[in-house]
Amino acid sequence: MPDSTMEIEVLRYRPEQEDRPTFQSFEVPFNKEWVVLDALNYIKDNIDGTLSFRWSCRMGVCGSCGMMVNGIPKITCAAFLRDYYPNKIRVEPLNGFPIQRDLVIVMDDFIHKLKEIKPWIIRNEGQEKSVEEGEYLQSPAELADYKQYSMCINCMLCYAACPVYAIDNSFIGPAAIALAQRYNMDSRDQGNNYRNEVIASNEGIWECTFVGECSEVCPKDVDPAGAIQRGKVSGTLDYFKNVLLPWGGKRG
Amino acid sequence: MSPYIRHYPNTWWLKRRSYFLFMVREFTSIFVAGYCVFLLYFFYKLSQGPEAYYRVIELLKCPLSVILHIIAFIFAVYHSITWFNLTPKIFILRIGEEKLPSFLISGANFIAWVVISAILAWIISVV
Repeated sequence: MPDSTMEIEVLRYRPEQEDRPTFQSFEVPFNKEWVVLDALNYIKDNIDGTLSFRWSCRMGVCGSCGMMVNGIPKITCAAFLRDYYPNKIRVEPLNGFPIQRDLVIVMDDFIHKLKEIKPWIIRNEGQEKSVEEGEYLQSPAELADYKQYSMCINCMLCYAACPVYAIDNSFIGPAAIALAQRYNMDSRDQGNNYRNEVIASNEGIWECTFVGECSEVCPKDVDPAGAIQRGKVSGTLDYFKNVLLPWGGKRG
Repeated sequence: MSPYIRHYPNTWWLKRRSYFLFMVREFTSIFVAGYCVFLLYFFYKLSQGPEAYYRVIELLKCPLSVILHIIAFIFAVYHSITWFNLTPKIFILRIGEEKLPSFLISGANFIAWVVISAILAWIISVV
């Protein structure tokens, strides 16, 4: 066990005993291989077993352990104590979401928005292939078009970084729009019109003011901010096609 | 036991450098828009004949107008630079599977800016 320790300040909210969240400080051993999630697990195992937080894979894949670390959204399994030592670390639940308990947020709104954008391959009627007919083929270049946007792990850090979402959570938000773009740009998909009903609505891409922080905090370099701006460009082009060309907007 | 909703402070944009720079970028657009309105006014005066036009020119020479012009110029430059730097996010060009490097896309904007400014400066100097 290392000699030095570190202070971790955690936002606690225990609805059965308090009306509003308060900070609680814990002293944890400083271990330079530890991440913030290790420190939280140390607290839960050795100091206070009632501390609640979500985690699963502890290797940056599952997207469960997103929290605010010193005010910045991070997946805590990738936030090393050594990057903060000897200063204290303040851990809070993700910004912009209601707090269920301690570091656990209510994510219903996000899940609902993910479903709304229809994140699956949609084919025009009569153009679906049966299993016997085989797969829809795609070239490496066509895959490269959307691959970046398909790397999302739903960690919600982008929502926590987005002031637009925090101020008005009717905004569809970065991850859901990036996922919509992921399918819109997929050469096998024909569902743009369905998704655009949602992402080109008042709560969609036009709410975004391009703060760009969603892309900064993304642990998977998905670049949701880029996806949203590209959505604005294609949305504008579609609009002009619809207005100017008699056959515009109709799908071939 | 209902979930707790935290209040999002109005000073959010002071909490992080990137938020602050975003707000500065948004703020500079007021000056860009303001200058467009001024240019429209200027053209309107020009349409009223040489006398009205020279009255505006005289007015523009006062120190307050010079200071405002310098401020508007600095903000317009900041606005342009920040937006040109964002273009690679919006405009993605692929050659096969490879993405064109972002500095080429933002660089093209800067080059176009310099070239157009040089042409305008040349036209003004000739006329």
